[in-house]
Amino acid sequence: MLEITEGSHAVAKAVKMSRPQVIAAYPITPQTHIVEALADMVADCELDAEYITVESEFSALSACLGASAAGSRTYSATTSQGLALMFEVCFNVSGMRLPVVMTIANRALGAPLSIWNDQQDSIALRDSGWLQFYAEDNQEATDLHYIAYKVAENPEVLLPAFVCFDGFILSHTYEPVDMLSQEDVDRYLPAYKPVQRLDADDPISMGMYATPEYYLEFRYEHDQAMKRARNAINKAGKEFGEMFGRDYSALVEGYRLEDADTAIIAMGSLCGTIKDAIDEMRSAGKKVGLLKIRCFRPFPAEEIRNALSHVKRVAVLDKNVSVGAKGAVAIEVRDALYGKALPVLGYVLGLGGRDVRISDIRNIVSLAESGKGDQFYGLRTEVL
Amino acid sequence: MRELRIHGRGGQGSVTAAELIAVAAFEGGVYAQAFPAFGVERRGAPVQAFVRFNDQAIRLRSQVYEPDYIIVQDSTLIRDVNVFLGVKPGGIVIVNSGKKVDASVPAGVRLITIDATSIALEVLGLPITNTTLMGAFAAATGEIKFSALENALRNRFRGDLADKNIMAAKKAYDMVQGGA
Repeated sequence: MLEITEGSHAVAKAVKMSRPQVIAAYPITPQTHIVEALADMVADCELDAEYITVESEFSALSACLGASAAGSRTYSATTSQGLALMFEVCFNVSGMRLPVVMTIANRALGAPLSIWNDQQDSIALRDSGWLQFYAEDNQEATDLHYIAYKVAENPEVLLPAFVCFDGFILSHTYEPVDMLSQEDVDRYLPAYKPVQRLDADDPISMGMYATPEYYLEFRYEHDQAMKRARNAINKAGKEFGEMFGRDYSALVEGYRLEDADTAIIAMGSLCGTIKDAIDEMRSAGKKVGLLKIRCFRPFPAEEIRNALSHVKRVAVLDKNVSVGAKGAVAIEVRDALYGKALPVLGYVLGLGGRDVRISDIRNIVSLAESGKGDQFYGLRTEVL
Repeated sequence: MRELRIHGRGGQGSVTAAELIAVAAFEGGVYAQAFPAFGVERRGAPVQAFVRFNDQAIRLRSQVYEPDYIIVQDSTLIRDVNVFLGVKPGGIVIVNSGKKVDASVPAGVRLITIDATSIALEVLGLPITNTTLMGAFAAATGEIKFSALENALRNRFRGDLADKNIMAAKKAYDMVQGGA
């Protein structure tokens, strides 16, 4: 049923209906409203879960690691410095192949301190072996949690997942969201059945020591699981579409891309503004389209190659920067298109909460048309 | 699409006003989007909140620069912030003030002043003007029905507090309808 609610509360409801058995989280802006709402639900006995209060994000994810290893469906949420503090545990969770789902309310990383949105935090965990989904709006932000659990817990995958949604821009926005009912979610997402778990009666070791004779193979298996996740996402997204009418089977999604000369690539809430900008530019006769990346890990290289076979240029918008190189999405898109004579121009923008307007998208398309790219867009040169 | 920008000071409930206006608009069958100008909210500091109204789903995520409607909760802000910046011709500006506003709005913009602080003090016993100004907004713009506003307030506040806020909003609603 369509209801109007804050993004964080919509996500909290989706998490509740996913029936996590253990939640451990530490509040941090702009993630706070999610975990406050979940703590209320547990305190009010609306959600039958163990809510573990902890003194840091490191402990939050460590508690999730243990709970997941013991066979529980497990949830956490964080952002920015909190995610940075989880760095070590993130690699342990994924290396132990534990299907923890964690919401990232994307926020810039300090220093300088910023509470505002960009996607540097989750991008910095690009190589941590977690699935990474990015939501355009609060509808996707809620739905992607069901998809994330379904894919993460798939025995062919067994990997943790980030569901990323832009801090403040989505987390603090009231907008209509079609919430599933508990019955619907139960039909789609049955209880978690761990393939193996810590059990005193049947002891196993997890996260053990791997000598050089074994470590490489562990990492290979991890990479293979991530590659298998592609099919699992296709399947889980298709099933969701058949049941509820919103199809998330594709890792990328085109908008007015079929006959486009210029393709814009972006992730997250920026895609909404870009769609409005594209409609305006189309009315003025410019053939522009969008390729939205909804799943960044596994990276949809093949889908990107196929979707862009006909375009003349690609403008990649990154709300992150790999300092000394480029925006992470631009790097990977260029890699995906290696060997094709197609200009891929990168624009780093919107960092630390800098607002991105329709006029900015128009300007970037003009820059791309004149071959100018690989730059920070929107710099206030007067303060440099 | 129509857009509203609310100017206030931290603690005056500008963000709540934006949320409840969006909730009331949604009840009236339009798509609505409400969000704050994300900042470090301190009591007394200038803050902004935004609402968009549209007959289809709203995709735009930038802040509001050319509003159709502006609400100013605290007329002392006019000295510090260009609260009328970007207002569209034909737009409506609602300022909480007991006195004549010491600033001119752009040509073609309707300025409504209402002494929301006095209403709030009288009805709520507190100088919190957000709900009063929501009543004025409903009457001035027609974007939300008073009954929807009443429902939104009743869902947000409990019992007596809901009644008082509805009373304050109604008072402002009637004053603006009566040509304040």
